[in-house]
Amino acid sequence: MDKGKDELKFDNLGKENYNFVTKAKYPHVFEPGLSREVVEEISEIKKEPEWMKRLRLKSYEIFISKPMPNWGPPLDIDFDKIRYYVLPDEIKARKWEELPEEIRKTYEILGVPEAERKYLSGTVAVLDSEGVYYNIKKNLEEKGVIMMDMDSALKKYPDIIKQYFMQLVPPSDNKFAALNGAVWSGGTFIYVPENVKIDLPLMAYFRMNMVSEGQFEHTIIIAEKNSYVSYIEGCTAPIYNENSLHSAVVEVYVKEGAHVKFTTVQNWSKDIYNLNTERAKVEKNGRIEWVGGSLGSKVTMLYPSSYLVGENASSSNLNISFASDGTWKDNGAKVLHLAPNTSSKIISKSISMKGGVSVYRGLVRVNKGAVNSKSHTQCDTLILDDQSTNYTFPHNEVLENSATVTHEASAGKIGEEQLFYLMSRGLSEDESRALIVLGFLDDVMKEIPLEFSIELNRLIRVKLKELGGTG
Amino acid sequence: MEDVLEIKDLVAEIDGKKILDGVNLIIKKGEIHAIMGPNGSGKSTLARIIMGDFRYKIKSGDITLNGKSIKELPPEERSKLGIFMSFQQPIEVSGLKLFTYLKTIYSIHNNQNISFQDFIKYIQEKANNLKIDSSMLSRNLNEGFSGGERKKIEILQMLLIKPKFSIIDEIDSGLDVDSLELVAKSINDIYKNESIGIILITHYMRILKYVKPSYVHVLMDGKIVKSGDYSLALEIEEKGYEWIREKMN
Repeated sequence: MDKGKDELKFDNLGKENYNFVTKAKYPHVFEPGLSREVVEEISEIKKEPEWMKRLRLKSYEIFISKPMPNWGPPLDIDFDKIRYYVLPDEIKARKWEELPEEIRKTYEILGVPEAERKYLSGTVAVLDSEGVYYNIKKNLEEKGVIMMDMDSALKKYPDIIKQYFMQLVPPSDNKFAALNGAVWSGGTFIYVPENVKIDLPLMAYFRMNMVSEGQFEHTIIIAEKNSYVSYIEGCTAPIYNENSLHSAVVEVYVKEGAHVKFTTVQNWSKDIYNLNTERAKVEKNGRIEWVGGSLGSKVTMLYPSSYLVGENASSSNLNISFASDGTWKDNGAKVLHLAPNTSSKIISKSISMKGGVSVYRGLVRVNKGAVNSKSHTQCDTLILDDQSTNYTFPHNEVLENSATVTHEASAGKIGEEQLFYLMSRGLSEDESRALIVLGFLDDVMKEIPLEFSIELNRLIRVKLKELGGTG
Repeated sequence: MEDVLEIKDLVAEIDGKKILDGVNLIIKKGEIHAIMGPNGSGKSTLARIIMGDFRYKIKSGDITLNGKSIKELPPEERSKLGIFMSFQQPIEVSGLKLFTYLKTIYSIHNNQNISFQDFIKYIQEKANNLKIDSSMLSRNLNEGFSGGERKKIEILQMLLIKPKFSIIDEIDSGLDVDSLELVAKSINDIYKNESIGIILITHYMRILKYVKPSYVHVLMDGKIVKSGDYSLALEIEEKGYEWIREKMN
């Protein structure tokens, strides 16, 4: 029986609050606006190698020359009103106690040190533009595992970074990847040596604290032959009513026989555009798993993609997305089957309420020669009221006759009779909705790391409570 | 104080269509009332309005529990005050485990959290009495359940909620004789042990042979047109409803 879920109580609802501002020192806060000089200044503050500076400037040129996407959600972003570099503090702490008190308190409220003690192998904390803390268990360090913020990694391992940085997601990929290439800062670097399997997850916590800020983290994970790592990202920010922009690039290199699980739970505030490019290259017998909980933000565009380049490589995308009033969730997946016997599975669960728009947008391509490849997509949607919308755009390009590509979709709506039934048994309207929504998600909750499904479960209840009242 | 549920001059409609046209009824603790009537006479509507179905509009009249009006209260408040309604067609909730659901409503109505192990023991005993296979507890609420299974699950919920007044809407549809006897036994047990008030809503005599009402009312065209004792139910079984209508005219 489903013990984990059963233990959850209703009385913690609404207690959590991510809406607070940390009073950090802020030695560097750029005025809003983007120019060649801004890009150069970021590179100079960071004292970067020349090649990185050139990459930034090249990316900037591409960003300027590319038009905004002519598809997807409305993007009403004024690039001149965004701060492109915000340094909260110069510290790179290795122990929580080393952090200035205000910042340390922030992470305590968010529960990060506790999570680290209980169930993580390592942690990176990125506040605004820079990593302020990183730590990894000693035994893993001894085995050669590296986990630190990307800027520290560039200083310590410039050769490795140069070999992988923007090789999988080049600046020319899309306008926001180019922007990330130009002004990236922060992010996580993880290196897992051959045959090393990390049992407990590594986690990065991203927080945006400043008004009208841009956060452009760049994350690279390299999983060498037959290694395993599970990486979790959490994202939050206070509410400002001024648009902010989070635009990340993630590059995951899954080598032969390696397995990477990449989990993101974003609960950005409702004034943040969250536009990311995440991609994995999976070699022979390798596996990538993308798990996403998309709870917050104003607009999200995220289609984690998997390039299955080696025989028997496999991918799985599981995304749970929640669109409430004023928000547009454009989530999806992209899988390229480029080698024989590759397989992929995509599960998308989206919930729309109070006028929210949720979209599934997916691309599955099986190249000629990727014989006996298999792909299955499942899109389930739940709409909570008449004002809300859902769209599903699955797109398959199958060029290989022996491939099996399947798709199934379901759409449901919470009915008045369901609500009346549950309420007549003493459950409030919010609790009734929460039970129906959690029921809708039940078949995928098992696929999410346990401690994270509890967190997600809780966040969903909080979300429903916030939006609750009369439906 | 003795519990009293009272319906006073109740007029109600849905989508502009009048369904109840001045219903009066008083049910006290320890009484069993049957409300009978032909299809479409407003029986289920009456049950739903007492429970607080927000889709019906009360145009006039009142519903009171121990003298206090409950007609503005949402269903969950009425439930917490001790009113229960067994649905004619219980709905399903995909992904919601029956066990989790039952434990949640148990906690709400008994004001306490019960341990996982204790609740298993508690619920299995109650389920056994109704011959509900305990493997059903790990399935989703009513998903794929037969009509009879759903009805038993309704009664199981009534047993854990222990209401003051229970409105039981067409419980016999979908139940075979053996199941009907088990369900009736559970209703009679809670009636005897807790001395609750019961409203049985039914078209046919069948359930009334197992759960004997002291009062029988006939609802027609949104009004209670005749009240009597058990013998009225027997008369209806023999003669149907038309003679009552003819008498009225």
